[in-house]
Amino acid sequence: MAIFTRAPKAEPILGQNRLVAALLGLLTWFIGLLFFFPLFWLVLNGFKEESVANASPTLIFDPTLDRFSEVTEANSGLLSFAEAFGNSFWIVLISTVLVMILAVPAAYALAIRPMRKWRDVLFFFISTKFLPIVGVIMPIWIIARDLNLLGTRTVLVVLYTAMNLPLAVWMLRSFFAEVPKELIEAAQIDGCSLLGQLRQVILPIVAPGLAATALLCVIFAWNEFFFAIQLNPTGASTMPVWVNSQQKFQGQFLAGLSAASVLATLPVVVAGWVAQKRMIRGLAMGAIK
Amino acid sequence: MAEVRYEAASRLYPGSEIPAVNELNLDIADGELLVLVGPSGSGKSTALRMLAGLETVTSGSIHINDVDVTLKPPQDRDIAMVFQNYALYPSMTVAENMGFALKQAKVSKEQRAEQVREAARILDLEPYLDRKPKNLSGGQRQRVAMGRAIVRSPQVFLMDEPLSNLDAKLRVQTRTELVDLQDRLDTTMVYVTHDQVEAMTMGHRVAVLKDGILQQVASPRELYRRPKNRFVAGFIGSPAMNLLDVDRADGQFALAGTTIELTDEMRAAAAAVDGTTFGVGVRPEHLKFTSSGSGIAGEVSVVEALGSESFLHVKVQHEGREQVLVVHEAGDTELVRGDNVTIVVDGPVHVFSPDGESV
Repeated sequence: MAIFTRAPKAEPILGQNRLVAALLGLLTWFIGLLFFFPLFWLVLNGFKEESVANASPTLIFDPTLDRFSEVTEANSGLLSFAEAFGNSFWIVLISTVLVMILAVPAAYALAIRPMRKWRDVLFFFISTKFLPIVGVIMPIWIIARDLNLLGTRTVLVVLYTAMNLPLAVWMLRSFFAEVPKELIEAAQIDGCSLLGQLRQVILPIVAPGLAATALLCVIFAWNEFFFAIQLNPTGASTMPVWVNSQQKFQGQFLAGLSAASVLATLPVVVAGWVAQKRMIRGLAMGAIK
Repeated sequence: MAEVRYEAASRLYPGSEIPAVNELNLDIADGELLVLVGPSGSGKSTALRMLAGLETVTSGSIHINDVDVTLKPPQDRDIAMVFQNYALYPSMTVAENMGFALKQAKVSKEQRAEQVREAARILDLEPYLDRKPKNLSGGQRQRVAMGRAIVRSPQVFLMDEPLSNLDAKLRVQTRTELVDLQDRLDTTMVYVTHDQVEAMTMGHRVAVLKDGILQQVASPRELYRRPKNRFVAGFIGSPAMNLLDVDRADGQFALAGTTIELTDEMRAAAAAVDGTTFGVGVRPEHLKFTSSGSGIAGEVSVVEALGSESFLHVKVQHEGREQVLVVHEAGDTELVRGDNVTIVVDGPVHVFSPDGESV
């Protein structure tokens, strides 16, 4: 599972014909912009007055930051921006840390010291992702209610940990599997304990993989909406629920909702951008020949 | 300073019928450089890894200095190993790589630095101590791997094809350096290679393995002169011994129609063996061209002139089929492809019984 690797510069397949190449380039740009457009429209709307946002679309308008200050300062609803951001921050952070703590030993075992039927174990992990969440939300809701966890941050921490764990195990396993076996054997011969091998030899090599995995867990947990709205729709909830709460039953809200969406998207975009620059894998470079 | 002993040591991989190493009995003397050689799949690496503690010994035992280490983990065997791909820790500098084992053994920082410097001096690695492995050439990495092994003064060095990733010239140079180093340190070394030239030039003794079974263990000279069976005869020596199937007729062996002169004891030994199809082997340097008429008639098909010596491939008719004999000539040769030549045997002949054993 190679994430954030750069493909080598491809030779143009139809490169003999410059016209074809140019047309293909144009098509690529068109498709790319098509994908980018909704986000672009969203960001633009965030800087408009409500009346302008609800009128027919225009590129020429007086940009304003009022919508951003409105949505961040408003405290009329059940959940303020500051609360939602804080909740999201802690829930995402704690669940991701838990995922990594649980997934690293599991992935190590599966990749480096596989037991019999390790493939079945791996399949079991991923099979938990097959079930549609709507199908199991009722039992989860009832269990959460009986444990007095409805409307708490704890329930989301637990669920996000469970949700991201299979993915993290799969990703980390593939990173661990790339650690040359001889390195671990060399460490064994050098008298390194099991924990020492993991800490001093393996983790430095898989560090970019760990970072990539953690980042994906952060993104998935940050974006999760369904569990949050079902189990925790009020004061202890997260950014997606807060964005959702910007829909009003009366009056115009398109610009405000856009501004809220931009605020919810920003941390993930920034994190992804920073990570992409840093996480191009230097995995195991120099270890083997 | 250690003797190593394999006692009927076997390794059977789960799900496999045939052991990768089959009842290996081998004594390695203190300070000896023993080479394990064989084709791929012969079990030589497995045998080494069993000694390292990286492979389970399914049956039998392994002893280092009369201590049974069969069940001991690698870190308790006081051995050092150099891997084919060096297995340097990529996140550590050269000095950290070399000092890693000492650090695990809780050696003080000052003493560690001292020992690493000493090893680096021996291996000419002093200018590179602060570099990461990825900033080193292949030869330098190989030396760091060596340094990591020698820095801790282990009982036994284990080498798993340590030179096979070097280019030909560097390999020859490193080979002699390694022999010299082993001699100076006087530490027992077990060296695995598939390259019979390496085996012959480096080993005090050489153990030849095939299909997990030890074929012969002897000094390089002994292996060359008196191979115990047909496999060893064909494996040791470059170019390989000329080995042909020969049907015994009237107690005599004929190579391409020419009867081979055998010593009395060989003739007696061969007579004691039943069967008709024997193997007859002659090394290239024990075949000569003659101009006096009688001998094996053939036609030169390939000329390999190396300058200092030449190898000529000669097509002959042997028992109704075309076979090739390789003939060694010292210096340059004047023969060219297509020349008709006559060959005579001038040197020892090896005869192998139908089941491949030397007679």
